[in-house]
Amino acid sequence: MGPGRARTSSDVMTTSPTNGHEMVELDDAAIEKLELTANSIRESIITMLLAAGSGHTAGPLGMADIFTYLYLHGLRHQPSNPAWPDRDRLVLSNGHICPVLYAAMAYAGYFPIEELQTLRKFGSRLQGHPHRERLPALETSSGPLGSGLSQAVGMAIADRIDNASSDRTIYCLLSDGEHDAGATWEAGMLAGKERLRNLIGIIDRNNIQIDGFTETIMPLEPIADKWRAWNWHVIEIDGHNFRSIDGAIREAKAVFEKPTMIVAHTIPGKGVREFERKYEWHGKPPDQAQGKMALDELRTLGGQIRAEHEGPR
Amino acid sequence: MIVPTQHLDPRIFGKDVPMAAIRSGFGDGLVIAAERDANVVGLCADLTESTHMLPFKEKFPGRFVELGVAEQNLAGVGSGMAAMGKVPFITSYAMFSPGRNWEQIRTTICYNDRPVKIAGSHAGVSVGPDGGTHQAIEDIAITRVIPRMVVLSPCDAIEARKATIAAASTGTPVYLRLAREKTPVMTTDDSPFEIGRAQIWWDTAQAGPPLQPQVTIIATGALIHQALGAAREVASKGIGSIVINLSTIKPLDAETIVAAVKRARRVVTVEEHQIAGGMGSAVAEMLAQRMPAPQEFVGVRDEFGQSGTPEELIVHYGMDLPHIVAAVERVMHL
Repeated sequence: MGPGRARTSSDVMTTSPTNGHEMVELDDAAIEKLELTANSIRESIITMLLAAGSGHTAGPLGMADIFTYLYLHGLRHQPSNPAWPDRDRLVLSNGHICPVLYAAMAYAGYFPIEELQTLRKFGSRLQGHPHRERLPALETSSGPLGSGLSQAVGMAIADRIDNASSDRTIYCLLSDGEHDAGATWEAGMLAGKERLRNLIGIIDRNNIQIDGFTETIMPLEPIADKWRAWNWHVIEIDGHNFRSIDGAIREAKAVFEKPTMIVAHTIPGKGVREFERKYEWHGKPPDQAQGKMALDELRTLGGQIRAEHEGPR
Repeated sequence: MIVPTQHLDPRIFGKDVPMAAIRSGFGDGLVIAAERDANVVGLCADLTESTHMLPFKEKFPGRFVELGVAEQNLAGVGSGMAAMGKVPFITSYAMFSPGRNWEQIRTTICYNDRPVKIAGSHAGVSVGPDGGTHQAIEDIAITRVIPRMVVLSPCDAIEARKATIAAASTGTPVYLRLAREKTPVMTTDDSPFEIGRAQIWWDTAQAGPPLQPQVTIIATGALIHQALGAAREVASKGIGSIVINLSTIKPLDAETIVAAVKRARRVVTVEEHQIAGGMGSAVAEMLAQRMPAPQEFVGVRDEFGQSGTPEELIVHYGMDLPHIVAAVERVMHL
């Protein structure tokens, strides 16, 4: 199956169960639920940033669908028992988008949703960049870019040492901007060499970084070919389409003897028109007026999603 | 005057003192640690033989990972393996790990509280002919400043073996400072070693006839051999001293050092490292608060290394026996 084509879960279902972890089939009702949850998570991201008065806006909004999919559907985990040994591992490499990580964890049941409002405050478990010691349910502390994939590769190697037929999946979520860092490529080469089939990377390909558009700052294309050259299986998807996300994860789990990199094309700031595709929103929070505008739009959008699903059926 | 309970090799001052590289003791210790704990794994960055990881690799091929010349990745992968319950030993030259990958060590290992053991070989100017690019003389400073890090600097191959075995079970990040050249093996299997404990090797108060100690000489690494020689020489001139082998630089054994300085209130520190931020600085920081004392620092004075034989370089940078004697004489006038 080549890249670039939107997938449906039926494309890969026949080859998916290589790992014994049977994911529930995504039907229309389940997708509607995920879409509504993603919208709520976006609202939470805005209210968190408003309360914090600092933080990143574009990346968290852009990755809300993928985080919603993972924490509310795809991950094998037990939010009430975060230390469950058989859980999948999720490493967020670009720690600055942690508002979406925290929100997804809260909606999954790791901690109360109200706690999200403590983001970046003194004494909070929700540090400005994730700190595992404060919030032990996190798999790692992160923020300095280019280090997450190394840790995920180490987890995948260790998992294989313990049990060659392990059906655990190690996920690593990366930004596109952190591909400027050489350490990302060091880790990518090692994963290809080690044929880590238990490793799935997901790149937030939103084309922005702090100083501007990625292709202006430091061109990354052809990013998919670069990963293929390191002997990874590569899938390109629309990062806002739950069927595409689901199909890619299933395909990745079906691939043997290679790690998989999912290049998720996302819209930075997704869900709030004023914020979308503007690199200026990478590293700043909305002010009160912008926040109100964003929440109004998200609440309306939530209504639209509901109406769309109710309409044709 | 050698403290008998230290069980040091009786040939310590002789020409027939056995010689071995500190890094080889690491290699021996790693195999023993791996035999004792199935979670011990070894990671290397294209320097398997010269970091003495080869015996481990041959005995435990399934627990060895070769990462190529990629020290940043080395630290991160070590952190990830530790997250899954492994006890990773990551090895390279000290210049590259913890030199090149300091931030990964700081964030993914120490901030993240992962018990990765960083073995940095070829520390100090005694790397010799390779020159200044490969001579790590800043590594103690950059590791001891990181919270949670334990910093070990064994004095010989036997102590390196013990330090490696002990490092495996601390549950903390550890930096193990290793050296390339063959240096005197002064300790024996019976010599006491414990992480966090300074050992008093020489005490002129225990001589017959006793000589009141006036100077506390604190040395780390192989240079303690030169420090002992200096202590013996100044004793012949009537200056009594205590010599401490400080193989754990962090956590610092303040009790032993303060007790010694109470008896011999002038201090000379000896290390193959920059004076700035090194072992002597750690001692001075502690003494300034607990027991202020005049101190002379033997070490590299804000310079880079260069090519030469280890002996030439130790002399050139002022860390050999005569320079230590001179430092003792200077501190007597402070």
